[in-house]
Amino acid sequence: MAHGGTSGISLHVRGLSKAFRGTWALRGLDLDLGPGETLVLFGPNGSGKTTLLKILSTLLRPTRGTGTLGGADLVREREKVRRRIGLLSHGSFLYEDLTPRENLVFGAAMRGGRPADGTIAAAIERVGLEAVADERVQTLSSGMKRRVTLARLLLNTADLWLLDEPYTNLDREATKVLEEVLQEHQEQGGMAVMATHNFLDGFKLATRLGILARGRLILDEPRESMTFPAFQELYTLRAEGGGR
Amino acid sequence: MDRLARILGVGAGVLLAIGLWMGLVQAPPDAVQGDVQRIMYIHVPSILTAYLAFTVVLVASIAYLLRGSRGWDRLAHASAEVGVVFTGITLATGSIWGKPTWGVWWTWDARLTGTAVLFLIYVGYLMLRSVVDDRDRAGRYAAVVGILGFFDIIFTHMAVKWFRTLHQASTLEKGAIDPALYLPLMVNLGAFVTLYIYFLLRRVRLGTLEEAVEAEVLGG
Amino acid sequence: MSFLALTGQILRKDFRIEVRSREGVNTLLFFSTLLVFLFRFAIGSTETQVREAAPGLLWLAFILTGLWGMARTFQVERENDCLEFLRLAPGDLGGLYLGKLIVGCCLMWATELAILAMFGLFFHLDMWPVIGSLIPVLILGTVGFVAIGTLFAAITANLKAREVMLPLLLFPLMVPILLAASRLTDLGLAGDSLWAEAHWLRLLIGFDVVFVVLGYLTFPFVMED
Repeated sequence: MAHGGTSGISLHVRGLSKAFRGTWALRGLDLDLGPGETLVLFGPNGSGKTTLLKILSTLLRPTRGTGTLGGADLVREREKVRRRIGLLSHGSFLYEDLTPRENLVFGAAMRGGRPADGTIAAAIERVGLEAVADERVQTLSSGMKRRVTLARLLLNTADLWLLDEPYTNLDREATKVLEEVLQEHQEQGGMAVMATHNFLDGFKLATRLGILARGRLILDEPRESMTFPAFQELYTLRAEGGGR
Repeated sequence: MDRLARILGVGAGVLLAIGLWMGLVQAPPDAVQGDVQRIMYIHVPSILTAYLAFTVVLVASIAYLLRGSRGWDRLAHASAEVGVVFTGITLATGSIWGKPTWGVWWTWDARLTGTAVLFLIYVGYLMLRSVVDDRDRAGRYAAVVGILGFFDIIFTHMAVKWFRTLHQASTLEKGAIDPALYLPLMVNLGAFVTLYIYFLLRRVRLGTLEEAVEAEVLGG
Repeated sequence: MSFLALTGQILRKDFRIEVRSREGVNTLLFFSTLLVFLFRFAIGSTETQVREAAPGLLWLAFILTGLWGMARTFQVERENDCLEFLRLAPGDLGGLYLGKLIVGCCLMWATELAILAMFGLFFHLDMWPVIGSLIPVLILGTVGFVAIGTLFAAITANLKAREVMLPLLLFPLMVPILLAASRLTDLGLAGDSLWAEAHWLRLLIGFDVVFVVLGYLTFPFVMED
C-alpha cells in the first residue's frame, strides 16, 4: 500500500500565531517534529488545536510566525506542502451521492494523479469497507463514513498526517485499524500531528505528548518521560487549572 | 502626512468656496435652462471624482491581490467609500436637476441608469466587506468585486446608452461650452478632487489606526 | 495537477452527482414552472402584451433560476466541508473555476430550454421556427452570467449572509447581459437576423471573454484561507 513518506523530512514551526477578530487563537507556538514522530495534542475546547492543524495544512494563514515542512514554507510554498500532507478533519470531505469507491478515486485524483491499480481496493479492504464500497455514502452510518476518510488517507504518500479528532464515531474495530495504519506510517518515517480528547488512545499512539491551552503549547514532552496517570494529573493541573 | 491632509482639507474648502461662488453667483445663467443648470457645477465634478475613486479601487485591488500588503487594501476600501459618497451626490443632484428639466425625479436615461448601477455595485462591495469576519479574506473578496465591478461598468455604460438616452451629451464631451461656464466648472473639479484626496487620506489613516488598535488589544 | 485535469475531474464528479440526485435539475424545473405561471398572471392577457414582455421575462426567469443554480453548484461542495478538500488540491485552482463554469452553464442551458418550451406552451409563442437564432443568444448570455455567478457563489458560499449577498452582488453586474440578451431575444422571436443589431452580439461576446478571463484569474484568490 502506498503511504508513509519519503524519509528524512521534518516539520519546523516558529512563533506561530493566529488572531481571529481581536483574539488570539494561537500565540507564539514553536514546534519541531522529525521522521517517525507522532505528536498528540490534548487541550480543552477552544485551545487552538484545530487552528494549528489548519495552519499546518495550509488552509489558514498564520497571522505571525513561520513554518516549514521538508524545507517548504507553509505560506509561500503551499503547493509543495500540500503534496506532503494528509488531512483527516471534522468535515468528512465526502460527497453523499457518490459511493465510497468513487469518493476515493476523486480524492486520490485531487491529491495529484491516479493511484496504482488495486491501491483503492486495498485501502477499502484495509478499513473493512468491502461490503459497502459501491453503496452511496448517504446510506452509510457515520462510523462507516469515517472509515472512508481513513481509507483516503492511505491512498497518497504523505509525509505529515494531520488528524483532527480521528476517533470521533469510530467503533473499536475501526479504532484498531487507525492505530495499525498510524503505526505503519510511523515505521516508514512518516510524521503525524493528532488532536484529540481521547486520552487513553491518544496516549498509546503518541511518541510525543503536547498540551495546548489558550493558544499556547504549554507542554511538549516525549511519551516515555511520563506514565499515563502522571500525564492525566498534569493535564488537569495545567490545562484545566491554573495554567495561565 | 497629517500636515499634508490638513493643508489639503483647507485647500479643498477654499477651492470649493471659490468654485461655488463662481458657479452660483458670478457665472451667467444658462441661455436655455436658466439657473437650474447651475447644479452642473456640483453634478459633473462629483461624478468625475467618483470615477477617479473607483479607478483607484481597481488599481489598489489588483495590487492587493498581487502583493498582499494591508496598505493596498486599506486604500481600496477608503477609495470605495468616498467613491460611493460622490456617486450618491451625483444621483441626488441629477435627480434634483431632472425634476424641473424633464418633469420627473427619475428617468431611465442612460447616464443616470449607468450611475445608479455603479452605485449599487459599490454599495454591494462595501456590504460584502462588512459581512466577512476575517480582514484579509474580506480584502481579497472585495478586491475581486472591485475589479469585476469596474469592467462591468464599462459594459453597462455601452448597454444603457444603446438602450435609450435622453441625457444631454456629456458636458465636457460637447466641447462647445462657454468659457464663462468652463472656468467655474474646472475650479469645482479641482476642489472635488482635492476633497477626495483629503477624505482618502483621512479614511486610510482611520483604517490604519483601527488595525493598530486591534493589534494593540491583541498584544504580543 | 494540470488545470485541465482538475476541470475534468470536477466535471465528471458533478455530472455524476447530478445524474444520481437530479436535485439541481428537478428544483430548477419546478421553480421555473412556477415563475412562468406567475409571469402569466402578472402581465396582461392580450397576445401583443405577451409578445412584448416575453424577451425581458425570459431573461428575468433565466437570471432568477440561475441565482439558485449558481448557489447550488457550491452547495454540493459545502456539504461535509468538501470545499476545504478542493482548496488543498495541488495545482492551478483556475481549473476548478473552469469546471464549475461548465457545470453551471450546462445546468442553466437545460433549464433555459425548458423555460423556452414552457413559454411556447403557456404563452402561445411558436418557438420552433426561431430556436435557431435563440440558441446563440442563450449560449452567449449564459456564459457571461455564469462566469460572474460562479465566482460570486464561491465568494458567498462560506458567508452566513450568503442568501442575501449573492443576488446583491450579482444582479447589478448583470445589467449589460439582461439588456443585450433580451434585445437579441426580441430580434430572434421576431424572426429577424441577430446581425441586424450586431453591436449587441459583440457586447455579449466581449462581456463573456472579459469575465471568463477575470474569473479564471481571480478565482484562486477567492479559494485562499
